[in-house]
Formats: sequence, structure tokens, C-alpha cells
Amino acid sequence: MKLYLKIWRQEDRTSYGKLADYTLDNVSEHMSFLEMLDMLNEALVEKGERVVEFDHDCREGICGQCGVMINGRAHGPLSNTTTCQLHMRSFKDGDTIYIEPFRATAFPIIRDLKIDRTSFDRIIAAGGFISASTGQAPEANSIPINHETAEAAFDSAACIGCGACVATCKNSSAALFTSAKVAHLALLPQGKEEARTRVKSMMNQMDSEGFGHCTNTEACEVECPQEISVLNIARMNYEYNKSRILEK
Amino acid sequence: MKSATHQRKLWMAGTGLFLCFFLVIHLLGNIQLLLPGEEAKQQFNWYSHLLAGNIIIEVIAYVLYASIIGHVVYALVVTRKNKLASGKKYKYDRRSSASTWQSRNMGLLGTIIFAFLVIHFKDFWYQYKFTTLPLDEKGNKDLYTVVVAAYKEWWYVVMYEVAMIALGFHLLHGFFSAGRTLGVYHPKYIRWVKVAGWAYTGIITIGFMLIPVYVHFTKA
Ligand code: HEM
Ligand code: FES
Repeated sequence: MKLYLKIWRQEDRTSYGKLADYTLDNVSEHMSFLEMLDMLNEALVEKGERVVEFDHDCREGICGQCGVMINGRAHGPLSNTTTCQLHMRSFKDGDTIYIEPFRATAFPIIRDLKIDRTSFDRIIAAGGFISASTGQAPEANSIPINHETAEAAFDSAACIGCGACVATCKNSSAALFTSAKVAHLALLPQGKEEARTRVKSMMNQMDSEGFGHCTNTEACEVECPQEISVLNIARMNYEYNKSRILEK
Repeated sequence: MKSATHQRKLWMAGTGLFLCFFLVIHLLGNIQLLLPGEEAKQQFNWYSHLLAGNIIIEVIAYVLYASIIGHVVYALVVTRKNKLASGKKYKYDRRSSASTWQSRNMGLLGTIIFAFLVIHFKDFWYQYKFTTLPLDEKGNKDLYTVVVAAYKEWWYVVMYEVAMIALGFHLLHGFFSAGRTLGVYHPKYIRWVKVAGWAYTGIITIGFMLIPVYVHFTKA
């Protein structure tokens, strides 16, 4: 198929970017979206132009590197799918496709479609861990955890940190990302110990990175490749409110 | 700065829920306008007088003024900060397909409600508190006649209805959102909040919408 691409090109963090037009022919519907971009980049190399830079790593939907805005939606037209798992069969011959980086003040653009998501790392560093010394992995059944709780914690832990929640949020709120980690650890006995301080420091960090407020539009859950539930946000709010009430 | 975003949302939820509570008291008052003929007048004026002279209502009134101001101020701060957090706009934006219209337009809906409140306060609250109204047969200030005179105008009724529709959409998202902000996380209780939100929104919106139309066609 033949595609008309409109791709955000930006030299570096400070320079002014704009959409550039490309036409790509003979795109196979079996290609993944990233393979389509590879094909474009090969053509650009042959022409001696700078390639379109975009993030990716695993290309199997688990690393969370590959998010871009495709036709105005995070990770493209399908819900709950990463960009690398999106295939060209979701498009038609002759389509125009807009490709832009995820946008948020807390996600500065590095170049083209590549963004700096270290703000997420700093939120995790602020409390997304347990302060136990790690020796040998303990015997798994020494701390009994019922099945539902374990599953719920797993579901929250599935976040791959791609940033689609922020990109799709009208307020660029990082509530879903932050809450997934808060809820994951608050559910488990190992994490409960520090639950009160964790929720506060992670939310403080989220604020100082410049993310917005959560208006509970729930768009984040729709776009999240891992289907992280908005109930995590409810849980985070609960944990925070509780920590404030019990504060000495 | 202690989790300022969530703190602001807690204030919005608290003040918003207080406003929700107040709307119930307000609707109970307005329902008396539906009574037949003279009875409506006496009952409504009596109720207004009852509220005006009551210390509990006096306290509620001050909390109400503070809540409106607080809610609006926080709404402005929150909206401004969200604009800053969002940075550059997308050239092509289809994000709206992932959420409800009212959840994305709480500020617009709130602005309509606020404009209405200004008019509403000027026409009734100011009249009652700061002007000398004629008294009815029972010696109560005759607010009823002021209200009926306002509802006589078709454009006033239309404006009122538009504002109530905006309020309805604001409540539809707001009630549920406040529950989330307060931390209701269990699916069972979330369902309760949702059902309560729909029921509350339905009763409040239909209630307030019905009254001016009824008065316009039967009393004015
Ligand atoms: C009778 C009047 C009103 C009631 C009952 C009401 C109620 C509520 C409630 C319960 C919320 C949810 C809070 C949360 O998400 O935690 C809310 C949110 C909001 N209200 Fe109101 N409100 C009223 C008037 C207004 C006015 C006059 C404005 C603005 C001028 C306004 C602007 C907003 C905004 C922008 C939000 C969303 C905040 C956010 O989540 O980002 N509201 N309101
Ligand atoms: S490249 Fe790893 S999730 Fe897409």
C-alpha cells in the first residue's frame, strides 16, 4: 500500500520542530508499524538524509520504549496495544498518518519522536521499592499471600512505563503510572511496611516533575498497552488520604 | 509542597460535594413552588424566612460562599497548572475518543454554572437580603412574586434550563470523580458511588429543570 506520512521532525530539545511530509510506497500490511518506519529510514539513508529517530527495544510489547502518537492517539488506533505491536493492516492504502512524539512538559523531546522519560525513573526512585536487604531469593511460600491479592499485585506490576497514560491525558497527569507502583507494593506484605511514606514521596516527586492533575477521565486505561486499571489511581488516593489522616 | 496536585483535588472534591449537599436543601425549597396557587406563595415565603432566620442555615450559608469561592479558585489553579503540564499541543489530536465529553469539559461546564450563579445571586439572593421586598399576608418577605416574575420571561427560563443541563453534566462526572479523589477503590463501592451519582444527578437535574417550566406555564 501507499502511505502519506506526516512526521514530527525536531533537531534537539531546544530547537523548533515541525511536521515533515513523506510518501512511502509498497508497504506490506504484514509489517509492524516500526518496520514501516525502518523502511522509511532506509529510503532516507539512501537519499543521504538524517533518519527519523524513534525509541524501541524489544519490539514485542514488553519494554515500553516505543510509544508515539499515531493519528492523534497514543500507540495508534487500537486500544491497549503498543506501537511495536500495531500492524499496517490497521491502515488502508492511501491513508495519511500523523506521527508525533508523546507530548508533556515532563517528557521533553530529545529528537524527532524520541522523548526523555527519566521523570518516570525519578518517580520510581522516590519510593517504588522496598528497603529490605536483598540476599538469596527467599522460599516463595514462606510468606502466604492469597491468590486474588497476588494476581492484583501482578496486574499493577505489569506497567511497562511507556508513558501512553501521560500522553493521552488532557492534563498530562502521571497518576496511572505512579499509582500502579503504589498499589502493587501496597498490596503485598513486603511493601505494606513503607506504604505510608512511599505514597507521599512518590506523589511529591510526580508533582515536582511537573505532571498535571488527575481529572478521572479514564482515558489512560483505554490507551494503556498493559490495561493497567484506573482503580490503581483510586487505590493510590486512598493510600495517600489514609497516610495523611494517620500522620502524627 | 506536599502532593499539591492531589491536595488541590481534595479541596475540589470537598467543596464540590458540599455544593452537592447544598443543592438538595435548595431543591427541597424550590419544590414548594409546585404547590397549587396561594399555598405555594405562603409556603415558599415561609420557608425562605425560616432559612433566613436560622443559625444553622447561617453557618451553612457561609460554608456555601466559601465553597463556591474555593471551588472556583481551585478550578482556575488546577486548569492553569494542567495547561502548563501539557506543554505543546498535538498537531493532530484524537485523544478525545478515549474519554467522556463531560469529563474533559468540567471547566467549561463550571464556567457556565458560574455565570448562571452570578445572575442567580443578583436576582434572588441579593434581592432577598439587601433590598426591601413587600411582605405577604403572613408578614414574610414576598420572594415568591419575584421568582414568578422572573420565570414569566421565556428567555429567563431558557437560560435557566441551559445552566441546569450544564450542571447535570458537571454532576454526572463530578460526583463520581469526587468519590475517586476521596479514594473509593473497591469495585463494589465504586459501583455504589456510580449508581448514587446517576440517581443524584438525575433527581437534581430533572427537579431543577422542571420547576421553572411548570411555573412559567401555570403561574406566570
Ligand atoms: C453547584 C455548583 C457545583 C457543584 C455541585 C460542583 C461539583 C463538583 C464536583 C463534585 C467535582 C469533582 C471533584 C473531583 O474531581 O474530585 C467538581 C469538579 C470540577 N468543578 Fe465543579 N461544581 C460546581 C460548580 C463549579 C464552578 C462554578 C466551576 C468553575 C468556575 C467548577 C469547576 C470545576 C472543575 C474545573 C472541576 C474539575 C476539576 C478536575 O478534576 O480537574 N465547578 N465540581
Ligand atoms: S519496543 Fe518494546 S514495547 Fe514496543
